[in-house]
Amino acid sequence: MSEYNPKILAVLCNWCSYAGADLAGSSRMHYPTNVRILRVPCSGRVDPMFVLKAFKSGFDGVIVLGCHPGDCHYAKGNYYTRRRIPLLKNLLANLGVPEERFHFEWVSASEGARFAELVTEFTAALKELPPMGKMI
Amino acid sequence: MARIGVFVCHCGTNIAKSVDVERVAEAAKSFPHVKFAVDYKYMCSEPGQNIIKEAVKEHKLDRIVVASCSPRLHEPTFQKCAESAGLNPYMVEMANLREQCSWVHDKTEETTEKAIDLVKMAVAKVAKDAPLTRGEIPVTKRALVIGGGIAGIEAALTIADCGYEVVLVERTPSIGGHMAMYDKTFPTLDCSACILTPKMVDCAADPRIELRTYSEVEKVEGFVGNFDVTIRQRAKSVDKTKCTGCGACLEKCPSKGIPSEFDAGMGTRCSIYRPFPQAVPNVPVIDRETCKMFKEGKCGVCSKICPTGAIDYTQEDVVTTEKFGAIVVATGFDLWDHKLCGEYGYGRYPDVITSLQYERLMNASGPTGGKIKRPSDGKEPKNIVFICCVGSRDAEHGFTYCSKVCCMYIAKQAILTKDKIHDSESHVFYMDIRSNGKGYEEFIGMATCNCGTNYMRGRVSKLYPKGDKIVVKGNDTLIGKPVEIEADLVVLATGMQPVHDSVDLARKLGVSTDKYGWLTEAHPKLKPVSMLTDGIYLAGACRYPADIPDTVAQAAGAAGKVAGLFAKDSIKSEPMIAYIDQNSCAACGLCVSVCPFGAIEIEDVKDKRGNVIKQAARVNEGVCKGCGTCAASCRSLSARLRGFEGSQILNEIEALAE
Repeated sequence: MSEYNPKILAVLCNWCSYAGADLAGSSRMHYPTNVRILRVPCSGRVDPMFVLKAFKSGFDGVIVLGCHPGDCHYAKGNYYTRRRIPLLKNLLANLGVPEERFHFEWVSASEGARFAELVTEFTAALKELPPMGKMI
Repeated sequence: MARIGVFVCHCGTNIAKSVDVERVAEAAKSFPHVKFAVDYKYMCSEPGQNIIKEAVKEHKLDRIVVASCSPRLHEPTFQKCAESAGLNPYMVEMANLREQCSWVHDKTEETTEKAIDLVKMAVAKVAKDAPLTRGEIPVTKRALVIGGGIAGIEAALTIADCGYEVVLVERTPSIGGHMAMYDKTFPTLDCSACILTPKMVDCAADPRIELRTYSEVEKVEGFVGNFDVTIRQRAKSVDKTKCTGCGACLEKCPSKGIPSEFDAGMGTRCSIYRPFPQAVPNVPVIDRETCKMFKEGKCGVCSKICPTGAIDYTQEDVVTTEKFGAIVVATGFDLWDHKLCGEYGYGRYPDVITSLQYERLMNASGPTGGKIKRPSDGKEPKNIVFICCVGSRDAEHGFTYCSKVCCMYIAKQAILTKDKIHDSESHVFYMDIRSNGKGYEEFIGMATCNCGTNYMRGRVSKLYPKGDKIVVKGNDTLIGKPVEIEADLVVLATGMQPVHDSVDLARKLGVSTDKYGWLTEAHPKLKPVSMLTDGIYLAGACRYPADIPDTVAQAAGAAGKVAGLFAKDSIKSEPMIAYIDQNSCAACGLCVSVCPFGAIEIEDVKDKRGNVIKQAARVNEGVCKGCGTCAASCRSLSARLRGFEGSQILNEIEALAE
């Protein structure tokens, strides 16, 4: 059996984190291939439903990235995300999805290296856990 | 039923080198609703775009996916292409196979699999795209230029020349910036003041330019064509409408001996001051930190001496919010603080000075009237050591980047030193000589051959005082020997660093900086004077170290961009904004409370006869910016975001379900 390679969904805000991921590319940084990037205008757009759907669709981990506090292109969309995340983590725990499978971080447009690092670390952390499998 | 076309780009070898593009195109053919898929070397080129246009016609495609580079780079290109093929420009999605796939992974099976998945997601999203129409927003034809150095002056003059109003905001009491402090400029040895001050005067005289010195930008809101900017005019304590600039107050002020910022601490000023005699506007300001009247409540000498009664101790800061259509950022740079560096004595030795301080000593309008005198004892130095790359190209103490201008200004200062003190000797410790501008290499030759400057390739390890001399210990790496020079004066070529609060300004503007704090341009090659936020442009050393010719060129470029924007009466607005399905909306008001822009309100919904049947939320389309926070909060899924509908995003995620 080939090595378990966790599937990750990265939900990136267009203005900071998506640009940060682009910067990782233009700086030719390397990170694992198992991440699939979903672009949203703002981390504030991230409906908890998206995260639940990702786990239901067989993703082993979800990472939501937004602008640093104070940097949001839409002034304060990321603050709402920050408040929503703990509630979502609670819900996930009740559904049997451990906290380690879901991350929320700030990545600015200039932090290409940080993006590559986060994805690499998250992949390594997920490898410690068994595959997610189907929730339902 | 959707008819989707997929176009996979090789990007030369950029994508094709690690992604099997033919296989991606082949795989795409099996995705739902895909009627056509093809790969091509350069999709953005004319033949590439023609492939798209012909395929749209031939296969009756109604939406397309382009799998190429980042949508941040070429989404507008392919939107235009789709438009000219007769499609709605918003029926286009891009799969980012370059920045987020081929450039970050080696050529493996997994890389191609990832590329196929990214295309699959884009296909799933485009299948649910709906045609969108852009709205029109009026443009306020008035520009804000932040920073009154040569970059800001050039930008303001050019925009005004094009016939538009400009407000030039400068933090210090006068425009002119660093260039006003310099003596001569390389490589032509033009007198800096002689070429700058006429431009300063033009700025003040042009009726279309409004100078706001001693002012700062506090808040920026809005968007391209319609920025609302809050500017704080600090109290000058002098009524500019009454002041004639006679300067009587400057002579009589009893609080003297304050280190002058303009003279880089080499000279002094009093509490009421103008930075330099040619200041524009020629109105002094009172420095309230040091003024006796403000500190002790008694003095009032300037008020008594002023012949026009212009002194006003009760003046207060004035904060105004004004509309602008475009913003040019030209905030320049700070010098690196050499006091951080032990090798150069942590700033303890009076005869170890920065190049900017030396510039003031050489300047005819400087504190010594252009005679070079040592700060410690006022003697004329005969043996002068210049040290290059202080803070630049020095990861240990300063920055890894090259400050670009130091090699050249050191050569200039060596030439001018020889000119002013014929029997002097100049020694330069350098790492490499970087002289890549027009006439620059010849200028270095002038310093080395014509003026006999002793250039030594190597670093200085230590400076220490010995009698009234400074001993400079270094290495000449070309002859491989240690060197020791007893210098009368040591000049440090301190590098450029971002202005100390550049990150704060970037936050106010909603733009990004790099890891050092330099402002980031929209594209390092093709959009060097634009920023990623539409309507905000940049020029000069706020972006990265730049010399005067580069700065002026960038300022003119930024001004050209502003004039291009102002030539239109209105611009197209992005249609990707929120809307409410009023049928299902229960008027709970959650979207109203989370909207960062106050764009949503609750209104009465009426039937055909005008009877109020219910209440529901409504989005003010002129105010909504499309963040989608309302859509993520809505409990009944009534608040939605065009272009990023919940159904589209869920479709993208589900497409990858095993």
